Amino acid sequence: MPLSRLSSPFLAGTNRVTLQMLQLLAALIPAIIAIVYFFGPSVLITMTLAVVVALLAEAILLRLRNRPLKPFLTDGSAVVTAVLLAIALPPLAPWWLTVTGILFAIIFAKHLYGGLGYNPFNPAMVAYVLLLISFPLEMTTWLPVANLSEHPLDISSAFQFIFNGQLTSSIDTVSGATPLDAMKTQIGLHQIPAYIFQQPVFGLWGGKGWEWINLWLAVGGVFLLYRRVISWHIPVAMLIGLSTISLVTWLIAPELTGSPLFHLISGGTMLGAFFIATDPVTASTTVKGKIVFGAGVGLLTYIIRVWGGYPDGVAFAVLIMNMLVPLIDYYTQPKVYGAVKR
Amino acid sequence: MTQKLGSFPGGLKLNGQKKRSTQVAIRKMPLSKKLILPLQQHIGEASIPIVSVGDKVLKGQKIAKAEGHVSVALHAPSSGTIIAIDEQPIPHPSGLSALCISIETDGEDQWIKRQPIKDFTEHTEHEIRQLIRDAGIVGLGGAGFPSFIKLNPGVHHHVETLIINGVECEPYITCDDMIMRERAEGILDGIEIMCYALHVKNCVIAIEDNKPEAISALELALGARPHLKETNVVVIPTRYPTGSEKQLIQVVTGKQVPTGGLPIDIGIVSHNVGTTYAIARSIKHGEPLISRIVTVTGREVEHAGNFETLFGTPMHELLEFCGTKRQPEEPFILGGPMMGYNLSGDHLPVTKTANCIIVGVDDGAKASTPLPCIRCGECATACPVSLLPQQLYWHSRAKDLDKAKEYNLFDCIECGCCSYVCPSEIPLVHYFRFAKTEIMNQQQEHAKADIARIRHENRLARLELEQQEKELRQQQRKAALAATQAAKVKQAAELPTEPQTTDSQETQ
Repeated sequence: MPLSRLSSPFLAGTNRVTLQMLQLLAALIPAIIAIVYFFGPSVLITMTLAVVVALLAEAILLRLRNRPLKPFLTDGSAVVTAVLLAIALPPLAPWWLTVTGILFAIIFAKHLYGGLGYNPFNPAMVAYVLLLISFPLEMTTWLPVANLSEHPLDISSAFQFIFNGQLTSSIDTVSGATPLDAMKTQIGLHQIPAYIFQQPVFGLWGGKGWEWINLWLAVGGVFLLYRRVISWHIPVAMLIGLSTISLVTWLIAPELTGSPLFHLISGGTMLGAFFIATDPVTASTTVKGKIVFGAGVGLLTYIIRVWGGYPDGVAFAVLIMNMLVPLIDYYTQPKVYGAVKR
Repeated sequence: MTQKLGSFPGGLKLNGQKKRSTQVAIRKMPLSKKLILPLQQHIGEASIPIVSVGDKVLKGQKIAKAEGHVSVALHAPSSGTIIAIDEQPIPHPSGLSALCISIETDGEDQWIKRQPIKDFTEHTEHEIRQLIRDAGIVGLGGAGFPSFIKLNPGVHHHVETLIINGVECEPYITCDDMIMRERAEGILDGIEIMCYALHVKNCVIAIEDNKPEAISALELALGARPHLKETNVVVIPTRYPTGSEKQLIQVVTGKQVPTGGLPIDIGIVSHNVGTTYAIARSIKHGEPLISRIVTVTGREVEHAGNFETLFGTPMHELLEFCGTKRQPEEPFILGGPMMGYNLSGDHLPVTKTANCIIVGVDDGAKASTPLPCIRCGECATACPVSLLPQQLYWHSRAKDLDKAKEYNLFDCIECGCCSYVCPSEIPLVHYFRFAKTEIMNQQQEHAKADIARIRHENRLARLELEQQEKELRQQQRKAALAATQAAKVKQAAELPTEPQTTDSQETQ
C-alpha cells in the first residue's frame, strides 16, 4: 500500500466535517417533529424548499468560483444552513421569503466571503436578519398554536398557502403574536407578566408549544455534546449569561420582564445556544474565548429582547458577537507550554 | 511507591498496535555482506573518518572520530574491509545523500580487544562521559543527541531527578518495551552509571501502563538491588505523546521546561531506556554502540518483531528477513506512524536513530483533498503544548511567518495530534514544518546578509580611513612643499639666479 500522505502523521482519526454536519441534522429531528406537532406540517415544505434552493445555489456558486462540486456539496454545510433557517422562519412563510433568505445566505453570507470556513457571520442568521428587517410583517406572522389544535392544518392547505398565499382551511386568522412578542407588547401596555401569562398563547412555563420545541432542541444539543460535535463552553456560557441577567432584572423589577425560565425556553434560545452560536466557523475558537462569546450572546439576546425593537434577539446577538470573534480570539490565547510566567 | 502525577492538555488515545511485534523475543538480524555507515547519525557535527579505503577493521574498532563538542565517534559494527568512503543515500525524508563509510564484512565478526570496566566509580565523572562519547552513544529514542552532553550537569546546575524514558507512546514501536522486558539488569546498570555521572540519587523509570511485562521485569530487577532505593518505576497512563521529553517531565514532575530552556534548567535530565542500556554495555563490557533494536512491524509484515540490528545493515535486508509483501522501492515508514517519515530507497542503512520500520499501517490516513478549515478548534483541544494550530495554519499558509512565530510556531513539537483530529483532513504539521523551514532559511539569509552588510560597512570604513590617511599625507606633503617653496623663495630671494625646474618635479 503506497503511503497517501507526504509526511507524518500517517494515522488519521475518524472525525469528518460531513459527519459533524449529519449529526447536527440528526440532533434537530426531535425539535422538527415538535414543530410539526404544534404548528402543522408546513415547516416540512419550507425546509424541503430551502434545502433544494440551498444546494442549487451552492452548486452554481461553486461552478462560478471554479471549485470542485462533489466535496463541497456533500459536506452538508449548505443543508445545515437551509434547515436552520427553515426552523427559524414562521411556519407559513411564503415561498419567496424562504428563497430570498436562502439565496442571500448562500450567495452573500457564504460564498462572497470565500465559502465554507471563510464566512465571518453565520449565514442562516444573516438571512434571518435580512428577512426580519425587510419583511417584518411576513416574518412575525406566526400561527396561533391554540387555534391550530382545534383546526389542524393539513399539508395540502399549507402548500396552498405557502405558494398561493391563500388559506383553504377554516382557520380564522394566521396572524398571531409570538409569546415573546406578546410579552413585550403587553409589558409595554403596563400589564403584569403574571396576568399576561393568562393569555392563550402561553403554556406552562413559556409560550405554548414553544416551550416544548425549546426543550427538544436542548435534548438535541445534549446529544451533540455527548457526540462531541460541539463543546459545552458556548451553550453553557450563553444560557448562564441569559439566565443571570434575566434573574437579576426579574428580581429587581418583576413587572418589567418575564422570568428567567420564560426566557430560557422561549423564542430562539435553545436553537441559538446549541445550534447557532456553536457554529464553529463563526464562533470563537479558544476555550476562554468560547465562554466570552457565549456569555456575550446570552446577554445581548436578553438586552435586545427587553430593551430593543425586536421581540427576539438571538440572531442579532449572534451576529454582533461574530463581529467580535477576531478580537476575542486574539486576547484569549492559551498559555503555551513552558511560557515564562509574568 | 505512589506518586502524584501531573498531566498535559490535549493528547490522544491511540490504538497501540503493539501486540503484533511483541509475540517473539528479540532476535538477531543476520550479518549483512555490506554495511553502510553515515558519518552523521546524530545531532551535531558529522564524525571525521580515521580509516582509509582498503583498511582492515575489527568489530568495534573506531572508524571515525568526534568533531567538535556536539559530536560522537563511530565504530565498525563487524570485522571486514573498508571498501568506500563516499556519498550514499541516507534515511532522510528528502532522500538526501551524505558521506558514508562502507564496510565489506568478512563474516568472522571478530571483536577488537574490549576493555570492560569492573568498577566505574574508580573513574572520574569526566572520564565516564569521555568513555560514553568514545563509545558513540547518542539518544536512541529517535532524536540522536549525543548522550555524554546530557550526562554533564555543568557547574551551574544541580540535577534533582533522572528520568528514564520507557514510555514509548507512539503506536507500533516496541523496541523499548522489549529491551525493558529482556534486559532490565542492563538498564539498571546504566542507571547506576548515569546517576554517578550526574551526581543524582533520585531516578524515575517512566513506563506507560500498556506495558505490564516491562513494568514487572524492571520492578523485579529493582527488588534485587536494594542500594537503588531512590530509583522507582512510575507507571503512567497511556496517552500520546507522553513519551515526548517535555510532556513526560510534565507528567512525572508537574513542572514545565521553560520556553527556550533545557530540562536541566529545572533540575531534570532524561534518557531513553535503550540509551541507558547502551551506556551500560559501553562501560561494563567495553562495547561501543554498533547495533540497536529495531522494531519491524505493520500490516504487511509476516514475521513482525524486534531485531538486534548492526548499524549499516540495508533496510531491505531487514524487511526481507521479516518477510513482507512489499514491492521493491515501495515506501515504508521509518519511526512511528505519528512522527516518523516515509522512505522508499531499498539500500538505506539502519542508523542509530532507526527505532522502527512499518510496512502498511492500519487505519492510515487516506489520500484526500482537504476541506477548508471550519475553525472547529479540535486541533487546539488536542495540542499537548496548548498552541492554536488553526491560527498557525492560517499564517503558515499565507506565508505570514512573523505572525506564525508570534503564535509560538517554534513551540510545536510536531507530534501530529492536530492533523490526526482535523475533520477537514488538513495536513497541519506539514504546513508547520514548511513554515519552520522557511523561517530558518530566512534567518540564515538574514545572517548572511548581516555578514555581507558588516563586511561592506567595514570596507567602507576602511576606504574612508585610507582616504583620510591619503588626504592627511597630501596635506602633510603640501605643507612640506609649501615649506620648501617658502624656503626656496627665501633662498631665491637670496640667490635670484637659481633656475625653477624643481617645482614641476615635486608636484604630482
